[in-house]
Amino acid sequence: MALKTEPMAEQLELFGCIQCGKCTGGCPVARKTVLNMRSLIYHMLVEPELDVYAHPELWDCTCCFTCVERCPKDVRPAELIISLRGQLVESGRIPETVGAALMGIFRQGNPTGIAREDRTAWVNGTPVKAAQEGCEMLYFVGCIPSYDPRVQVVPRALVRAFTAAGLDFGILGTEESCCGNEVRRMGEVGLFEMLVEENGELIRSVGASRLVTTSPHCFNTFRNEYGLDGIEVLHYTQLIAELIEQGRLGFSNEVKKRVTYHDPCFLGKQNHIFDEPRAILKAIPGVKLVEMDRNRERSLCCEGGGGRMWVEGTNLEERLAFQRVQEAAETGAEILAVACPFCLLTLEDAVKVQGLDERLQVMDIMELVDLAL
Amino acid sequence: MEPQPRIGVYICHCGVNISAMVDVEQVAEFAATLPSVAVARDYLYMCSDPGQALIRQDIEEHRLNRVVVASCSPRMHEPTFRGAAQQAGLNPYLVEMANIREQCSWVHSDREKATEKAKLLVASAVAKAALLEPLEEREVEVTPGVVVIGGGIAGMVAALDVADAGFPVYLVEKSDHLGGRVADLNRVFPTLEPVTDLLEPLIERVRSHPNVTVFLNAQVAGVEGYVGNFEVAVSGFRVSGSRLNELETSNLKPETHRLNIGSIIVATGYDVFDPHRKPEYGYGQYPNVITSLEMERRLAEGNLAVDGRTPQSVAFIQCVGSRDAQVGNLYCSRVCCMYTAKQAQLVQELLPEARVTVFFIDVRTFGKGGEEFYDEARAKGVRYRRGNISEIIRRGDRVVLLAEDTLLRQPIEFEADLVVLAVGMEPRSDTAALSSLLKLPRSSDGFFLEAHPKLRPVDTAVDGVFLAGCCQGPKDIPDTIAQAKAAASSALIPLIRGAVQVEAATAVVDVEECAGCGTCVEVCPYGAPALDPYLNVSVVNAVLCKGCGACASACPSKAIHLQRFTPEQILAQVDALVE
Repeated sequence: MALKTEPMAEQLELFGCIQCGKCTGGCPVARKTVLNMRSLIYHMLVEPELDVYAHPELWDCTCCFTCVERCPKDVRPAELIISLRGQLVESGRIPETVGAALMGIFRQGNPTGIAREDRTAWVNGTPVKAAQEGCEMLYFVGCIPSYDPRVQVVPRALVRAFTAAGLDFGILGTEESCCGNEVRRMGEVGLFEMLVEENGELIRSVGASRLVTTSPHCFNTFRNEYGLDGIEVLHYTQLIAELIEQGRLGFSNEVKKRVTYHDPCFLGKQNHIFDEPRAILKAIPGVKLVEMDRNRERSLCCEGGGGRMWVEGTNLEERLAFQRVQEAAETGAEILAVACPFCLLTLEDAVKVQGLDERLQVMDIMELVDLAL
Repeated sequence: MEPQPRIGVYICHCGVNISAMVDVEQVAEFAATLPSVAVARDYLYMCSDPGQALIRQDIEEHRLNRVVVASCSPRMHEPTFRGAAQQAGLNPYLVEMANIREQCSWVHSDREKATEKAKLLVASAVAKAALLEPLEEREVEVTPGVVVIGGGIAGMVAALDVADAGFPVYLVEKSDHLGGRVADLNRVFPTLEPVTDLLEPLIERVRSHPNVTVFLNAQVAGVEGYVGNFEVAVSGFRVSGSRLNELETSNLKPETHRLNIGSIIVATGYDVFDPHRKPEYGYGQYPNVITSLEMERRLAEGNLAVDGRTPQSVAFIQCVGSRDAQVGNLYCSRVCCMYTAKQAQLVQELLPEARVTVFFIDVRTFGKGGEEFYDEARAKGVRYRRGNISEIIRRGDRVVLLAEDTLLRQPIEFEADLVVLAVGMEPRSDTAALSSLLKLPRSSDGFFLEAHPKLRPVDTAVDGVFLAGCCQGPKDIPDTIAQAKAAASSALIPLIRGAVQVEAATAVVDVEECAGCGTCVEVCPYGAPALDPYLNVSVVNAVLCKGCGACASACPSKAIHLQRFTPEQILAQVDALVE
C-alpha cells in the first residue's frame, strides 16, 4: 500500500528531525531487527511514498518511547510508528494475534477474550466495594491483573494493603474495560477513542478525587491521554510509598533477601517515577536493595509493551527480557522486583526458559509488601 | 506674532519603488492645493544629494518653515532629512515624513487606490506639520570613566582599550582572580598555544595600568543614573594585585565603593552545562566519563589514565547540553566542534596507539583556520563518526556507547575506556539578578539581548550599557576579543565627546493640570517621571525620557503631553484622513 508521505510528515511535524540517529541508537530492539526509526523518518521526509506493507518490522516497536524521551528536536519519533500501524489497522493488514487482542477488547473489554462477567474472579475473600456507590479513591485494576492467574496476586495484595491503611476505595467491577493504552499504540485509533469516552465517563461519574492503577500502562494513558482534569492519577507505587511515609502502612515481617528493581518503561522512562518503588523496597525490613547498571532512565525494556504481548515481531531471536534477567542475576540478587504486569510475565518467562529459576525469582513489589505486612 | 506655516512638500519616486504603484506627480499636484503649502515637488530620489539640495534650496528661496517628505519609512531617512533642514538653518524637528512606500506602494496592488491613499497620507502629514513646534536639542555632560563587570578575557581586553584611550576603568570581578574561564583551559585552538601565554601578559598589563582599578571578590550591588552619569555601587575588595589571597580577606568585610562613570560594559561570561542533567550518559556514575573541562586539566597534567590504565579507545561526544530540546538549550554552543578537534588531536598525540573517535551530528569548525584545523585532526588519526550517542552503559572496566552510525546505517555498541562529553555553554546562573539590576533584557536562550542581532551586536536597550563576550551568547576567543574591543569603542564615544545628546521630543507636564496621582511614575519603563515632594506634581527627567508616550496616554488628567505627538497634532492628522 503506497502511502503518500507528505500529509503524515506534516501532521507529525517530522521536519524537525536532523537525522542525528539518537532514536535508532537508543532503540532497545534496533540491534535485533531491521526497524530503523531514523531511516523511517528520513524516508517520510524525502520520498514521496512509503509502501507500508513492506515494513512488517513496524510491529517490533515496544513503544518504550526512549526515542521520544531523548530526541533533541522534540520530534516524537515513535508516534510515526503508531501512525503507520494505524494505516495497517485500517486496511486490515495486521498480525492475527493483534486482531484477536483488539477483538477481545472490543467484545469483552479485555485482550484475553475471556468473558466480561469473569473480570472480578480475582477477588477472593471479602468483596470489594463497587466504586459506582461512591468512594474517595477509584482503584482501576486493569485487564491482565484481573484475568491472568499469575498476576492476580497483585490486585489481591493491593486490596489488603488499602484495607489495612483504612482507605475508602472501590473498583468498577465488570463495568471496567481495557484502558486502551496498548490499543492506541497498536494503531486502533477508533477503538481507543471509544474506550476513552466510555471509561472517561464512567470514571468521572464515580466522583473520586484519586485514581490508582495496578499497571503503569493504564497509569500512563489515564495521566497523559485521557484528560481527567481534577482527578489525581497515581500508579500504586506512588500511593503505597505515600502510605508508608505517612505511617499508615506498617511492616511486621522480615523479607531477608537481596532484591534488585527493574524500572518499567511506562513508569520510569516515560513518567519519571523512579524513587517511589525504591522507597517501598527499602522500607521493607530485611530487604537489601542492589541496583543493576542499566537502571532508571537506562532500564532495558522487557519487550512487553506496544502490543508486543500479542506480537512476536519479525525478530525471532530471544526477547530482551532474557538479557535483562541475566543482568539481574549478575547483581547477585535473589529477587527481581517489578511494578508492571507485562514486565512480571515477560521476565518470569525469561527466567524459566533460561533455567535461572534456582537463582532468581521474579516478583511484583506488592508480593513483597504482602509478605511483610 | 508667530509666522504663518509655509510648508514644502516633497514626493519621492524612490526609483520605481513608489512610482510604480503610486502616481507621484498626481500626489504632488494634490499636495500643492493643501493649506499652508508653499511648494510641492516630486523627485526621483529625495535622499540623494541633489534631492536634499532641493530641500535646502527651497527653504532659502521660498522661505519655508516646515518640510514634509513623502517617501520611505522614517526609520530609513528621518535623520537624513532632518540634517538637510538643519543645514539650511531650519530646526530639524520641523520636518515631518509620510510613509508612502512601506505603508502604501509596497503593500497595495491597485494603482488608483494606492494613489488616493498616498494623497491622504500626505494631507495628514501636512496637517501635522503646520502644528509642529521647534524643539531644543539638549546635551548633558559625561562623567569620564567606565565600569567593566567581569574580569575574564572580554573584560580585561575592553578595560585595557578604555584605559589606553586615557580614561579611568573599574574592573569588577566576582571571583578571587582575573582570567575567567580561559584560565581553566590548557591550550587554545587553532594555534594550540598554551593559555598562560595569552593570559599572563594580559593580566600583567591590567594589573599595572595606571588607569585600571581592579576589584576582586566583588559584585555590583546597585546601579543608578543614565548614560553619561551612572553611579555604580560595588561591594568587594580593591586590589593592587591580580589575585586575592584567601588569608588576607577571610577576616575582612567587603567594602562598598561608589563609582561615578559614563558607560558600563557587561562581560560576565558563561556557565558550563552540567552533564548530570543527562543521566543517560552516566556522568558521575562512571569514572570513565568526564567533561571537556576535566579533559583540559588532564591534558595539562599529561595524565589520561582511567583507574591506572592507559586508554585504548577514547571517544568524544559532541552537542552535550546544546541543540537539545530535552534540556531546554536549543542553540549551538559554537566552540565545541573546534575544542573537540583540539582535544582529540592532543589526545591522539599523547596516545599514538589509541583509537580516538569523535561522535558528531554536524561538524561546525568555521572561522579562520577552522576547516584546516579539522583536516589536521583527521590527518593525525582522529576518526569522525556520525551519530549522536543515546546512552552509555558499563561493560567490565570499560563503557559502551549506544548509538547509530547513520552513515553506515547501523546501530552500534562502541566500547571505550575514556569518554569526553563536549559540554556547551549556558547563561550564568546570576544573569537574572544582573539583568534586573541593569534593566537588561535577555533573549529566549537566556543570554543578554543585543540591541539588534545583525547591526548592533554590542549595544543594549539601555543607552550606555554595552555587552562583550559570552554573556551575550556563546563564542570563541577571537570573536570575544573583537566584541570586547567593539564594546570599548562604543563605551568611549560618550566619554570622548564629553557630552551625550538626549531625545528632544520628550514628555512635558502641565503643572496646573497635574493632580500628583503618580500614574505616570508607575507606567514609565525608564523611571523618567518623578513626583516633586514639595509641589506634588510630576516632573519628567528629560534625559531619561525616551518619548514613548505611555505616560501621556495613561494620565487621567491629560496633564502630560508628548512633544511632536500632541493631541492637537494627532487630531489634525485624523481630520485630514477622514475628510
